[in-house]
Amino acid sequence: MSQNDITNILVCGIGGQGVMTATEILAEAAIAEGHDVKKTEVAGMAQRGGVVTSHLRFGRKVLSPQIEPGTVQVLLGFEGAEALRWSHYLKPDGLALVNNAKLVPPVVELGLFDYPEDPTGQMRAAGRRVVSFDAMSIARDLGEVRLGNTVMLGAIADYLPFSSEVLLACIVKRFARKGEQVVDANRRAFAAGREAVAKQLGAAPSENATA
Amino acid sequence: MAAVMPQLAPPPAASRLLLSGNEAVARAVWESGVRVAAAYPGTPATEIIESLARYPDLHAEWSVNEKVSMEVALGASMTGARAFCAMKHVGLNVASDCLMTMTITGAYGGLVIAVADDVGLSSSQNEQDSRYWGRFAHLPVLEPADSQEAYEMTKFAFGFSEQYETPVLLRLTTRICHVKGLVAVGAREAHEPPGFVKNPERWVMVPAHARTRIPNLYQRDETLRAVSEASPLNILEAGTDRTVGFVASGPAYMHVKEAFPNAPVLKLGFSYPWPPQKVRELAALCDKLVVVEETEQLLETEIKAAGIACHGKDVLPKMGELSPQVLGPAVDRLLGRPVPPPPPAAAPMKVFPRPPTLCASCPHMGIYYTLAQIKNIIVTGDIGCYTLGAGHPWNALDTTICMGATMGVALGIDKGRGEVDRNKRIIAVIGDSTFMHMGMQGLLNITYNKGNVTVLLLDNNTTGMTGGQATPASGKDIHGQDAPRVDLAKVVEALGVANERIKVVDPYELPILFKTIRDEIKVDAPSVIIARRPCVLIEDFKPFRPYLVEEDKCTGCGNCIEVGCPAIHVTRREKVIKPSGREVELAFVNIDNQACTGCGLCVQPCAPDAIQHVPRRDIPIHIVKT
Ligand SMILES: Cc1ncc(C[n+]2csc(CCOP(=O)(O)OP(=O)(O)O)c2C)c(N)n1
Ligand code: SF4
Ligand code: SF4
Repeated sequence: MSQNDITNILVCGIGGQGVMTATEILAEAAIAEGHDVKKTEVAGMAQRGGVVTSHLRFGRKVLSPQIEPGTVQVLLGFEGAEALRWSHYLKPDGLALVNNAKLVPPVVELGLFDYPEDPTGQMRAAGRRVVSFDAMSIARDLGEVRLGNTVMLGAIADYLPFSSEVLLACIVKRFARKGEQVVDANRRAFAAGREAVAKQLGAAPSENATA
Repeated sequence: MAAVMPQLAPPPAASRLLLSGNEAVARAVWESGVRVAAAYPGTPATEIIESLARYPDLHAEWSVNEKVSMEVALGASMTGARAFCAMKHVGLNVASDCLMTMTITGAYGGLVIAVADDVGLSSSQNEQDSRYWGRFAHLPVLEPADSQEAYEMTKFAFGFSEQYETPVLLRLTTRICHVKGLVAVGAREAHEPPGFVKNPERWVMVPAHARTRIPNLYQRDETLRAVSEASPLNILEAGTDRTVGFVASGPAYMHVKEAFPNAPVLKLGFSYPWPPQKVRELAALCDKLVVVEETEQLLETEIKAAGIACHGKDVLPKMGELSPQVLGPAVDRLLGRPVPPPPPAAAPMKVFPRPPTLCASCPHMGIYYTLAQIKNIIVTGDIGCYTLGAGHPWNALDTTICMGATMGVALGIDKGRGEVDRNKRIIAVIGDSTFMHMGMQGLLNITYNKGNVTVLLLDNNTTGMTGGQATPASGKDIHGQDAPRVDLAKVVEALGVANERIKVVDPYELPILFKTIRDEIKVDAPSVIIARRPCVLIEDFKPFRPYLVEEDKCTGCGNCIEVGCPAIHVTRREKVIKPSGREVELAFVNIDNQACTGCGLCVQPCAPDAIQHVPRRDIPIHIVKT
């Protein structure tokens, strides 16, 4: 297989959470670094609440856009049970970064299915490397829940095969139109996301860490 | 979308852009100097016209259905203008009547039809292989393998269409439409139409004229087969490991390259008519030949019929998406190579399903909550967000087939039923966009044939399922600009429904909705209940004050859960024994006030009045629209 120089990142969550936009920004960063990039979009069903995954592959030359189970370096989960659902996509030494939001669908509320007791705990028990954090309360502490997605991007920033600055620059570019204040808030959210993960992995965010 | 869409200056030539296949096709259509581009929305093709609408210098439109969109494109081509239409696979079924005769007239201005197959049924009622249409209609088929190729082949297709006077089918799949990759784009070339030329032998398809032109189709097949042999879109890669070679087209090519990087491959970009000589050359190069195609056994059968031995669907799945991980082991097995078992860690974990839900405040919830309470009815359904009424908690739809089928199926049930079904009432549910696409004819058929059907026309002022596209009843065009607004009640009346049998109700007003349905199903005549409330995706929807559940008042009856709103959550369950001795499970709830947009539907079945407005000061800022 010619997958060796390819980075596979799987972003998962629920319709309406911003999974696609986050992956889009990750893709822009990979392009800025000179990589060939393929990113799947799962559009269609307009309704909220369905499962959403976005596959991002980058490297010298990317062929198939689909990520195969067991080949993901970093899984960025926007919701606990969704991270669990896709955890078999991780490589044995892959890393899962999971926002511990719990979004319970109507089929569970109706008593037809159970929501897993402790999704990230279950992942750990299966031998996965998992870091979980609460992106929404981090964002709320910064004064704006909408910064949650930038917190998520901060969380993954030090586990990409390029400098976190590249990703930050792409975020800044997106928000530049909205003025200095918005940009600053996003910088803070990005830093907070990096810190939340670094705190748990016991390493200070280093500039050129690779996954 | 209801919002006015900005027409921005397109990114300049020579840029490298991250584009989905859909966006890449749109860019190429614009660069090719196309004047008319028409479509009816349908996943996964919707974004082609959506992005084209943002380009200047062309007419882009939402047509009322795919057949009309194709006819519009054909008309434009008759003037010598370059023209384009796009549709999902099932859309081409609708347009096929035009297609099968249009192939005889041929194209004048370059005419390209993009058809997107939803391989793997991410969002469709069936899975179809549109490559068959190339055979059926004697039309060339191009199959890109990624965004860059989608762009290049689209550009190629217009000139090709003009050179051979043939419409061209551009066959896409979900993995082309919705995958983004880098695309190097170019500049637009204007293309001034040479003008319509009166030519009845060509444009008036009566038997005498068609008869003289049909031999052209066979001639064209032969010509194009020779072109295909020499086409740079059909590339034979010799490879280094000759144990097995592959014929592949579309995304399947990428899977082959990923799983067997050193194998010989014939990549078919121009996949119909396919080049027999090149396939023979490939076969001579390798010990075994495998045809890798999505989804049906089409090329494989034709290659075998040409006397070339090959494998394909004997080892590969006949439906759904292929991938390197499906292909690799299947071919290894064919070659008698050992196939390592997948590592145990790669087994998926057990997690509840998460089907798509109706949105909080979706007006369809009121309809299905009500239908779920009416006994002795058969409810025929149709395609759209409202198809979800067949699921939990409502279980209130009994049939769904294809766009508009609700009407014909309802009439058929009415006329066909025997004594056992005699007392049942028949209700046909249809969305506004679906009604204008294909439902109007079915309603006319009900009135004409004196059917006894109550139609629920769900007028949410948009095409919700595909992301909120304007319709003739929303008073907006594809750009969000004002357009003449058709009056659905008048249409219904014109189709033969008696004026007093046409009711307009608010699906948020449960008691009135319930009573209206109950009254209308009792009448032995066709009636139409128009349920009118905007979809939450469009600008007309204004969120209301959210609600909360006063914990001390909630009795755990669970009535509100039956509304099916995703903003309602169970906080605690409790089993109690009723005085009658019956055990019931209580479910106490709360409302996520970040998600609730205050439609008030769940408030109505709550007997103890436990659901109350959130105090004004606690309203999250983001839901108050300005
Ligand atoms: C022939 C065909 N064309 C397009 C589609 C894609 N499609 C599915 S539902 C739908 C329309 C839904 O709109 P509407 O009837 O207004 O219902 P809503 O989703 O708004 O509830 C479309 C375009 C299809 N399934 N079949
Ligand atoms: S998109 Fe519109 S029609 Fe579809 S579920 Fe949401 S509110 Fe309902
Ligand atoms: S009022 Fe009730 S049904 Fe309506 S959106 Fe809020 S929680 Fe859902």
